[in-house]
Amino acid sequence: MAKIEEYETIVGKGVVHELRLLAERLQGKSVQHVNSTAVGGGVAEILNRMVPLLREIGVDTRWDVIKGGEQFFQVTKKIHNALHGVEEDITPEQWDIFWETGKRNSEELPCAADIVFIHDPQPIALVNQKEARRNKWLWRCHVDISRSQSAVFEPLLDRVKQFDAAVFSAPAFAKRIPVRQFLIAPSLDPLSDKNKELRANEVEEVLGKYGITSEKPIITQVSRFDRLKDPVGVIEAFRKVKRHVDCQLVLAGGSASDDPESVEVLEQVKQFSEGDRDIHILLMPQNDIHINALQRASAVIVQKSLREGFGLTVTEALWKGKPVVASAVGGITVQIKHKYHGLLCHSVDGAALAIRQVLQNPEYANWLGGNGREHVRRNFLVTRHLRDYLLAFLSLYKAEDIIYL
Amino acid sequence: MTKKAEEPFVFYSILHLVELTGHSAATLQELAEHLRSIDGGSIYFHTHQFVKQHLYLTPEPPNDFAYWVTEVLGEDRLGETLSAIDVTDYSSLGAMREAFVSSVEGALALRPRLKHLSAPEGEEFHFLKSVSFVFPTDLRAHDLDELADSLRRVSLDSIYFHLFEARLRLERPTNDFSNWVANALGEEALAVRIARLDPYSQSGEGIRKELLKIVDGRFVREA
Repeated sequence: MAKIEEYETIVGKGVVHELRLLAERLQGKSVQHVNSTAVGGGVAEILNRMVPLLREIGVDTRWDVIKGGEQFFQVTKKIHNALHGVEEDITPEQWDIFWETGKRNSEELPCAADIVFIHDPQPIALVNQKEARRNKWLWRCHVDISRSQSAVFEPLLDRVKQFDAAVFSAPAFAKRIPVRQFLIAPSLDPLSDKNKELRANEVEEVLGKYGITSEKPIITQVSRFDRLKDPVGVIEAFRKVKRHVDCQLVLAGGSASDDPESVEVLEQVKQFSEGDRDIHILLMPQNDIHINALQRASAVIVQKSLREGFGLTVTEALWKGKPVVASAVGGITVQIKHKYHGLLCHSVDGAALAIRQVLQNPEYANWLGGNGREHVRRNFLVTRHLRDYLLAFLSLYKAEDIIYL
Repeated sequence: MTKKAEEPFVFYSILHLVELTGHSAATLQELAEHLRSIDGGSIYFHTHQFVKQHLYLTPEPPNDFAYWVTEVLGEDRLGETLSAIDVTDYSSLGAMREAFVSSVEGALALRPRLKHLSAPEGEEFHFLKSVSFVFPTDLRAHDLDELADSLRRVSLDSIYFHLFEARLRLERPTNDFSNWVANALGEEALAVRIARLDPYSQSGEGIRKELLKIVDGRFVREA
C-alpha cells in the first residue's frame, strides 16, 4: 500500500504538508471508525485505505466492525433499499432484530474514542453510548436518502439526531434533518491498480486479450449489467454515432452470476448487439488493471445511467484525462460542470450528439479531458478525502464558520 | 534599498469543509426566495469559492448561480446578467446578495414566462456554505523583495485567502496585500494598484502573475 509521501508527486508537497499540519491539531484525540464489514463493498474499501493513512500522519485511529447474523443483515439490506427509495416492508419483528443486535453490539463494543465515526445505518444503535461517554459522534451516510421511505427513515432519524454531525457524499443525497451536515465526496486512489499510470504496451496487451483493435476510436462504458446503467441506451447512442464516425463500443462489467436480474440484462444486451462486430460485451471478473487499460484506450467514456450513486467510474475516467459523456444524475453533476469537465446528457439522442462532438473535435475532447483530470486532482483524490475527514473531526470542537488553527 | 516593515506580512492559508444548508431551488422563484434569506456564507460560497474551485479553467465559469441558470435552466439571457455581476464592486455580502436577488426578481417581473422554468429532477440548485480553517504558513515578508519572493512560492490557496476571504468574509476594507503595503511600508500608490486588481476574470496563476507584475514593476520604474 502506498505511503503518504508517494502522493506528493501527484498533489504537491503542500497538500501532504497540510495533512500533517491538520493531524498535529488533532494530537491527543483518538478516532474510532465503526462499520459492518471488514472486506467487500465501498465502505470497507475506503476504510482499508483511509485508516492506515490516518495512522501514518499521526492520528490515533482504530477501526471496529459490528457483529450480526444472517437475519440482521437481511434487515439491514431492506433498510438500505428503503433508504434508496425502494418500497420495503419491514415487520416489527425485523425491527426488533435490528435494534436488539444493535444493543448487543453496543454492550460488546465500547466506543470510547474521542471521535466515533459511524458508517451507514447498520451500527447506528451504538450512539446510545454517547450520553454517558460525552464524546463526539459523526454519522457517515454513504447512501442517497433523498427519496427514502419515511416509515423506515423515521425510526433511524431518532438516532441520527443524537449525532454531532452527519456526512453525505453529494448535496442531492441529503435531506433536511436537524443535524449539522457536511459534504464529503468519495475519492479515488491514484496509485491503485485501477488508476495508476500504465505503459502503452500494457494497454495494447489488454486490448489484444479482448480482441479489440486500437485502429478505430473506442467508446467505453464500465458498469455492471444493470438496467439503471442503461446499457441498451448506450448501444442505441453508439449506433447513431456510427452513422457518422467509424468506431467501436466496449461495454465492460463485473460478473453477474449472483444477480438474476443482471443475467437477464446481459442476455438482452447480447441480443440487442448481435451481429455487430464493433460492439464488445465484456463480462469481466474483477480485474482492476484491465479496467484501467480499457479506460485508457478509450476515445470517449460514457456513463449513461438512469440513476447513479456518486459514480466513481466517472471519476476514474476524468482522472485518465478522457472526455466523458454522462447522464446528469446523482453524483455525476457534482463531478462534471457541463461543457467544462465533460458533457452531460439526458437522453439517447443527447448522448449520441455529445459523443460525436468529442470524437469529431479532438482538440475540444483534449481540453475537456485536461480540465476533468485537473478537477479530479483538486477535488476527488484520496488526499482530499483524508483532508476533509480531518477538517470534519476538527469542526466537532468549534461551532464557528471561520476557525483559526 | 527597499524599506523594511517592523511587522512582517505573514502568509496564511485556508482550507474549507463544505456544509449543506438543506435548502434547494428548482425554479427561479425559489432561487430568489432563498437568495434573499440564505446565510451570507452561502452567497460567498457560490460566488467566490466557486470561482476559486475553477481557477484552473480558461475561460472559467463565472459564478454558480449564473452556471445553473444558463446550463440547467437553459436561460441564457438571465445567465448572462448574473455572469456579469462584478463581485469586486461589492464591499459586503449583503450588497452582493441584493445584486443577485434584484437581477432574478427583475427578470421574473419583466418576463413572466420564466416562472415556468424548472430544473430536471436531480439538478436542483443546492445551497451550500463552508467552514473555513485558517492557519499560518512559514512564509514571511519584511519588504517588497521578500513579498515578491514569497508570492512566487506560496500556494494559490494563500493568495486566494489574502485577496478574497480577508476582504469580504472577514470584512477588511481592502485585500491584505494592499493593506500591508500601505500601512507597514507606506507605499500608498502601490497599495492602490494592488487594491484595484481584478482577481475574478483570470486564472489562479494569472492572479499571481498580475500581483508580481505590480510588485516587481515598481522596481523597474524606480531603476
